[in-house]
Amino acid sequence: MGLVEDMLKGDKRALSRVITLVENNSQNCEEILSKLYPHTGNSQIIGVTGPPGSGKSTLINHLVREFVRKGYKVGVLAIDPSSEFTGGALLGDRIRMLEVSLDSNVFIRSMGTRGTLGGISRKTKEVVRVLEAFGKDKIIIETIGAGQSDIEITRTAHTVIVVLTPETGDDVQVLKAGIMEIGDIYVVNKADIGNAEFMVEEIKALIASKSSNVSKEWTAPVIKASAKKKEGIRELVEQVEKHWNYLKVSGEINKLEERRVKNEVVDTLNRKISNYLLSKLESEFGKEIFDEILKRKESPYSVVNRLIKKFLC
Amino acid sequence: MMAEKIRVLLAKPGLDGHDRGIKVVARALRDSGMEVIYLGIRNTPEQIVETAIQEDVDVIGLSILSGSHMYHFPRILQLLKERKAEDIVVIGGGIIPQEDKEKLEKMGVKAIFGPGTSTQEIIKKIKELIGNKKN
Amino acid sequence: MCRGINLFNSKKIDEMKKSIDKWEKTTLEESLKLKSERKKEFFTSSNIVVKRVYTPLDIANKDYLKEIGLPGEYPFTRGIHATMYRARIWTMRQFAGFGTAEQTNKRFKYLLQHGETGLSVAFDFPTLCGYDSDDLMSKGEVGACGVAVDTLKDMEILFEGIPLNKVTTSMTINGPAATIWSMYIVTAEKQGAKKEELGGTIQNDILKEYMAQKSFIFPPEPSLKLVVDTIEYASKYLPKWNPISISGYHIREAGANAVQELAFTLADGLTYVEATLERGLKVDDFAPRLSFFFACHNNFFEEIAKFRAARRIWAREMKERFQAKKKRSLWLRFHTQTSGCTLTAQQPYNNIVRVAIQALAAVLGGTQSLHTNSMDEALSLPTEFAVRIALRTQQIIAHESGVTDTIDPLGGSYYVEWLTDKMEEECYKYFDKIDKLGGVVEGIKRGFFQKEIANSAHKYQEGIDKGEIIVVGVNGYATEELMPVPIFRIEPEVEKKQIERLKRVKMERNSKKVEEAIDQLKKAAEKEENLMPYIINAVKEYATLGEITKALKEIYGEYHELLIY
Ligand SMILES: Nc1nc2c(ncn2[C@@H]2O[C@H](COP(=O)(O)OP(=O)(O)OP(=O)(O)O)[C@@H](O)[C@H]2O)c(=O)[nH]1
Ligand SMILES: [Mg+2]
Repeated sequence: MGLVEDMLKGDKRALSRVITLVENNSQNCEEILSKLYPHTGNSQIIGVTGPPGSGKSTLINHLVREFVRKGYKVGVLAIDPSSEFTGGALLGDRIRMLEVSLDSNVFIRSMGTRGTLGGISRKTKEVVRVLEAFGKDKIIIETIGAGQSDIEITRTAHTVIVVLTPETGDDVQVLKAGIMEIGDIYVVNKADIGNAEFMVEEIKALIASKSSNVSKEWTAPVIKASAKKKEGIRELVEQVEKHWNYLKVSGEINKLEERRVKNEVVDTLNRKISNYLLSKLESEFGKEIFDEILKRKESPYSVVNRLIKKFLC
Repeated sequence: MMAEKIRVLLAKPGLDGHDRGIKVVARALRDSGMEVIYLGIRNTPEQIVETAIQEDVDVIGLSILSGSHMYHFPRILQLLKERKAEDIVVIGGGIIPQEDKEKLEKMGVKAIFGPGTSTQEIIKKIKELIGNKKN
Repeated sequence: MCRGINLFNSKKIDEMKKSIDKWEKTTLEESLKLKSERKKEFFTSSNIVVKRVYTPLDIANKDYLKEIGLPGEYPFTRGIHATMYRARIWTMRQFAGFGTAEQTNKRFKYLLQHGETGLSVAFDFPTLCGYDSDDLMSKGEVGACGVAVDTLKDMEILFEGIPLNKVTTSMTINGPAATIWSMYIVTAEKQGAKKEELGGTIQNDILKEYMAQKSFIFPPEPSLKLVVDTIEYASKYLPKWNPISISGYHIREAGANAVQELAFTLADGLTYVEATLERGLKVDDFAPRLSFFFACHNNFFEEIAKFRAARRIWAREMKERFQAKKKRSLWLRFHTQTSGCTLTAQQPYNNIVRVAIQALAAVLGGTQSLHTNSMDEALSLPTEFAVRIALRTQQIIAHESGVTDTIDPLGGSYYVEWLTDKMEEECYKYFDKIDKLGGVVEGIKRGFFQKEIANSAHKYQEGIDKGEIIVVGVNGYATEELMPVPIFRIEPEVEKKQIERLKRVKMERNSKKVEEAIDQLKKAAEKEENLMPYIINAVKEYATLGEITKALKEIYGEYHELLIY
């Protein structure tokens, strides 16, 4: 088990290997994560979400460059959808980040969703932990930008950046959908090709109308940007830093971290217990049990309750 | 349980922009269930090797039609060695004369596909090279 | 399109209809009973369904004079000249260029001695992408696929002893076309030639680079502006020069089918015309110098129909859309190259046959010039022997086959006329789609063309993998026999020598003057002036290609490809 030690010493290849082991849910996955856990908890986790093609990867490239300039160590997880049918995936986000990918303080990893729904999976969360342990100051997650299902990102990221473009402007539905409730920072990208001003005002108005019922001290800023022309990047970096500062000063970070840890426990519990009980189900009751339910001699509830009584109480 | 996936990095080193072949291969590999990290055209050997390491790929697939294969393949093999990542399998495709093909295979390129190779053949070869532990 | 019966009398047509009905029920049906056909449906490479047999019925409603016409007359379906190959055989122009400028120069002299009538220069990849030979990006590619040109010095060596007012030169260069052309012009002037004497072509078709070949440098808009600069400059000072060769070749080689090649290429052409008109030029002042470059693949009749349709569509658009008046403005003059991607590494001698079929189609399609590929191109750079056979193939068609004795011998073929119409129809469907997208540049930005081409390439490969498409020697009739093709090699010293020369040039030039020239160029670029005079200035001072390109990148930015598989 030299891998974890090598990784903690800063070996990139070892880090990469560990990520693979975690991603593949290999036998020693839990052991690895347990060893790494003490080293986690010091990074700002930044989620970047928004519709496909809105410029997330291009913006991340700039964001990373600025972070590195400030002396931070940066990790990026870029997630693309896997095919439901074949499980294969074409992972193409990092092609937009080539400029920064050679920097020794940068580590970029592409992941397929591998069958999980939603913007980010359990495996993503675990890989984030690995990057934290590796000592990345900033960890950026690019989601697949699937709209509503991106609510998941708020459970992991401290700072969520929502990237929209004037092109999505017409689509008020997008705005009303969940995506408008999850952002800590909004970016209207591609300002070079569309009426970004209008879009910025519209989003500001929406935020204002929402914030009345949420008594938060943070009002999400809306930034006009052009990743292509490198405009608005400074401001974005500033706001990301400001938000991190806000979280720490207000103590909000503790709440977020507590929620995150709780989530991890609950997720793990759910998964392990259900796996455990499922493995007992057939050996205990035989395959006929489903027949019994079909014939209405049993109900799903009675079966599960019997299981719990037998194995957990 | 999640299945392990064969991860492949596809890239064109150098400057030639003929990406018809590599794109067809990218699609075929994906459709066969692999995860393909696609780097596109105009990559330096350094970029390719660094990416291969960060992405922990099993295979690097290079497409070269510009005649620069005797520079790019050896350079990439050398960089992999320097990074202690020789276990990453390097394969390639393009217009590569038999004589060079043999030389490159001796240096450690695991397979070279000429024009007209079917995508099934490439998929089969990759699976063979990576072994049956995956997919 | 015209309805009704134009070409035949209606009584005869009725008779034919009856006969065909009867034939279907008797002769054909009996045949089919004995043996069914090989496939349920037959397709051209562009997925056009091919009927069992074509008859006068298929062309009965054509208006001959309006839609087909006579050679040398609108709409030029049958050819742009009244005499075609009866007066002059096409130009046999073999693409060449490898290693250093000296080696290429020698090769040129060899080709001129062997009866070639025009020169053609291929540049190496660093040159094509605007990098100097000593750039990090150039490593391993200097002189590998063509000649390396860093400065005026290389151009001077390349054409040493070749009088540039006597030959015509075709240069395959796109992104850095303005710079390379400037070097050529300065070289010629140093030889004592006058600008207005110079004849030749620069490819200079940047739009297709974004679609297919990918040797772009700047984003589409400033690139298009640079193209218009060269067109404007040529129309003023080099009236015999073709400032652009609007190219379908690379689109096709990247995987497009014949219809896509036709439609995308012509759409590019129309875009250049529009952009040049916007600059304020008059259509008849530049349109006569626009030329085209197509591929020719194996599907014999489809290729011929493609060329015929291309001529007709272009003439119509120039006349009706742009109100061109000069006959020459309506001409679609084109160069053809046989298809590199149809050549196989397996059983390479078979490629001689493929090239012959494709070359014949190009000639029957009325090409103005022709490059025939060498049989060993799927293996390596061509050897002299292979190049010679390729050239001989053209000569055999020209002098032995008799196809040059009459103009457009396939005109009037029921099938070819029908297919010509069909290609045209499909082409206009694409025009509509492109218009809806907001034009070619917008389509490029959205990846429309890239996606279309990738899909066709994918489909073709699938066809081969499934055995629906048979490629002889590859997935059919494959034999293990390895025919040894001698391989031509580039010496590894080429790169070193080239870099040394570049160093020397940089040492010997007046670096202050270079700086000034580059500075002026940048200022002009910001002001949207025509850049040609400024580039020529910089080139004269031996500014390098890389320096000029970098300066322009600072103003225009750099283009990165869209991700489309
Ligand atoms: N005009 C313009 N184009 C941009 C801008 N930002 C990104 N793009 C282009 O938009 C396209 C998509 O950019 P990406 O960064 O890949 O977008 P993404 O959101 O990561 O896309 P997915 O990962 O596919 O969802 C690319 O062609 C970019 O060059 C911008 O500010 N202006
Ligand atoms: Mg992306």
